[in-house]
Amino acid sequence: MSTVDELIRIENLTVHYETDDAVVHALNDISLSMKKGETLGLVGETGAGKTTLARSILRLIPSPPGIIKSGRIFFEGKDMLTLSEAQMRSIRGNSISMIFQDPMTSLNPVMSVGDQIMEVVEAHNKALGKEEMEKQALSMLEMVGIPASRSHEYPHQFSGGMKQRVIIAIALACNPILLIADEPTTALDVTIQAQVLDMITALKNRLNTAMLLITHDLGVVAQNCDRVAIMYAGQIIELGTLSDIFKRPTHPYTKGLLGSIPSLNKEVKRLSPIKGMMPDPTDLPPGCKFAPRCQYASEVCKQDVPPSYQVSTTHQVRCILAREEVHNG
Amino acid sequence: MAEPLLKVEHLKKYFHTNQGTLHAVDDVSFTLNKGETLGVVGESGCGKTTLGRTILRLHEPTDGKVFFEGREITSMGKQEVKALRRDMQIIFQDPFASLNPRMTISETIGESLLIQKIYTRKQGAQLKKRVLELIDFVGLSPRLVNSYPHELDGGRRQRIGIARTLALDPKFIVCDEPVSALDVSIQAQILNLMQDLQDEFGLTYLFITHDLSVVKHLSNTIVVMYLGQIVEHAPSSLLFEKPLHPYTQALLSAIPVPDPDYAVNRVLLQGELTSPVDPVPGCRFAKRCPYVSDACRKADIPLKEVQPGHFVACTLV
Amino acid sequence: MKTADAKKQRTLSAETWRRFKKNKLALSGMIVLLALVLIALSTIVIDLVTDNAIYNNKVIKQNLRLRLQGPSKDHIFGLDEFGRDIFMRMIWAVRYSLFMGTIAIALSTIVGVILGSIAGYYGKVTDNIIMRFMDVLLAIPSMLLATAIVAALGTSLTNVLIAIAISYVPTFARTVRASVLTIKDQEFIEAARAIGASDLRIIFKYILPNSMAPLIVQATLGVAGAILSIAGLSFLGLGIQPPTPEWGSMLSSARSYIREGWHITVIPGLGIMITILALNVMGDGLRDALDPRLKN
Repeated sequence: MSTVDELIRIENLTVHYETDDAVVHALNDISLSMKKGETLGLVGETGAGKTTLARSILRLIPSPPGIIKSGRIFFEGKDMLTLSEAQMRSIRGNSISMIFQDPMTSLNPVMSVGDQIMEVVEAHNKALGKEEMEKQALSMLEMVGIPASRSHEYPHQFSGGMKQRVIIAIALACNPILLIADEPTTALDVTIQAQVLDMITALKNRLNTAMLLITHDLGVVAQNCDRVAIMYAGQIIELGTLSDIFKRPTHPYTKGLLGSIPSLNKEVKRLSPIKGMMPDPTDLPPGCKFAPRCQYASEVCKQDVPPSYQVSTTHQVRCILAREEVHNG
Repeated sequence: MAEPLLKVEHLKKYFHTNQGTLHAVDDVSFTLNKGETLGVVGESGCGKTTLGRTILRLHEPTDGKVFFEGREITSMGKQEVKALRRDMQIIFQDPFASLNPRMTISETIGESLLIQKIYTRKQGAQLKKRVLELIDFVGLSPRLVNSYPHELDGGRRQRIGIARTLALDPKFIVCDEPVSALDVSIQAQILNLMQDLQDEFGLTYLFITHDLSVVKHLSNTIVVMYLGQIVEHAPSSLLFEKPLHPYTQALLSAIPVPDPDYAVNRVLLQGELTSPVDPVPGCRFAKRCPYVSDACRKADIPLKEVQPGHFVACTLV
Repeated sequence: MKTADAKKQRTLSAETWRRFKKNKLALSGMIVLLALVLIALSTIVIDLVTDNAIYNNKVIKQNLRLRLQGPSKDHIFGLDEFGRDIFMRMIWAVRYSLFMGTIAIALSTIVGVILGSIAGYYGKVTDNIIMRFMDVLLAIPSMLLATAIVAALGTSLTNVLIAIAISYVPTFARTVRASVLTIKDQEFIEAARAIGASDLRIIFKYILPNSMAPLIVQATLGVAGAILSIAGLSFLGLGIQPPTPEWGSMLSSARSYIREGWHITVIPGLGIMITILALNVMGDGLRDALDPRLKN
């Protein structure tokens, strides 16, 4: 893959949470990269490690109990894990921005929305005068569809969808190169979700921002992403373009996930769920983490962690079944 | 034709707030036959949750009547309502909040049996046996019988909620977003369980959800609610093939389909949901409707039967 | 490979205890209290067994020749103004402070729980009536209230207990009411209603067991306050009457002799202080141990 376009590259990232009770193996050897301007969907269920991955990129993991055990995260030529806290602060909100899931609690209730956008602008552009900052803040509000006349209003005066728009405005105010969106529309109604996702995509294209879109909803991924990474028990078990994942799903978990979703456009008499549950991250099985639930699991699967096989130039799968595909492909 | 199990006639539930009267459920009528599933679909503020609870008299209706097995339950006294609880039950959305953190699974399920005097405390052995039987029905291991809710995950907790409901041998169950709080792969397990239980025990479901795709394969009929009113009422397949109300069309088009090739005919709505406080006459969807006309704002639009079984409240049809 | 099922099944109480144990300060407070309870119990047993012989000979026996003697080999805390052994008096006084404090608070808790849960559960007019009455009680400083009640009813042990109990009722009523308000809107309460549970059952089996945390903390701190109140009342001469040993009354009678011996005032004072301190750190520790569970 061309490194000229490469925006961020994560190599072998392993993150644990060490508590009195046990060690939570949140991320296990994650490797991932993103190109400028692309939207990468990060899909997984509860406990897969998606939020931990997002927070690791911005070093927002509470430590203790979180520890980055190993790995590197290359951004703009430097390994972010070696940067100081001050250097990280200059990146957050500036070159890399993050949107969190719950719009109800992400905004400061005692500051007007206009002031909250200005705060971000000011933090990264100390040279700008107050008037200039206000202009930027208002133009961001307009870009997310909120009339400038409402910039003096407080968060409680806005609905959930509007609050999320404000959060997006704050995130994009400094024109970041990468936007990390952690389940940005999960808490919203479906018609509002459609509006907000459309708006994010439009803005992102306009500003040429790359986006790491974290979600559990494969539908959202199919409609908004260029590439998809599927996470399970702290690992990326399949990575590819939309076609790769939806048309040629290879990992049994991916196939199971696609089969268990009730769909609008398919006639389904009965869903085919995946048996069992995701393993406890304090007690992961040796070998393949999905093996206990996998109908194709063999002895080898239970002992050795399968490496990621390159099924095509764009498609990687962490499963020994993929080995055959590589030979065939 | 057999008498419908449930008949709801012009049901209303209003709440008095500082801002005015909130019309949570405003003149809702429908019937439901034994063994069938009625899907109630809508977004936040549409009144579907209040509807479910008002039918069960967990909220007292402001007006209207509900008939269960031919008897009018809206006029029953406290003792009769308590007896009714054996036949009409509810499964809650939040598996984390709907279980008493201080009671074990067997105590929670046992509560149903004790309160309704199906068994007394002295019949400990029979009680225990029935509890184990119920745990088995919902696919849980008997090993978990003395666990506390906080030791289990969402999927298992929801199964306990279902077992608690089943303990009373109900005929009718209001399912209030039973899978919305669960992971996708667990959702499928629970939905299958509910389907199996319906087949085995002949249950009748009122399935409340905001997720149309979940309700598609489970429901026989679907009603779409908006700000307290039913805007469309149709057999399941018909609703998805030919949605007639602009809100239904927008709702369907907004659902992201997990297929990158699926061509979206997006009906983008403007504006936000308003709250149903002191609503003015006229269609409540008028402000956001892409096809709005003057006729829509004059008076409330009644449901019209456009095709056999397919009702729509819209001036366009 | 273990699955989540096989994880140790811990009850909520076990988890609380585990968290409590980690707080060394709280744990030492609890040990001190346990020691005091043991002392109190043993004095009761000794009195019963010896038919008050030791009490009569060692605790209230006066020895005016040796009065105000400082700490010595025979009497490690010295003698008071009547020549009585302070060490023995301290030991025998524990039960009054500790047990009386506990009983007073227990009474208070029961009444407070009943009033608070009714007010919180039924709301509206009932809530208003009960809480306004509590406000009236709270408006009167507790020492004054206790003094007034004892002055009116007489200075017996029972009346002191009643006085203190009454002055603490509003605090417990408020605490319980706040818990009830929070819990009563939760879904598992609605679920209980949906299976036909009566109001009484809901209050006692569903709401109250889940409101224990703030109540336990409040009660622990309440005992500390009650002990102080008893000491205060006795100090004023309204509580325990001499020659019965009680830390507060010991302090009171030692007032005039401060210049003649540090031990007569300091030792009872220390006794009160250590007990209160132990109760407070234990109460704090309990609160911290119980809170994270709530977050779960």
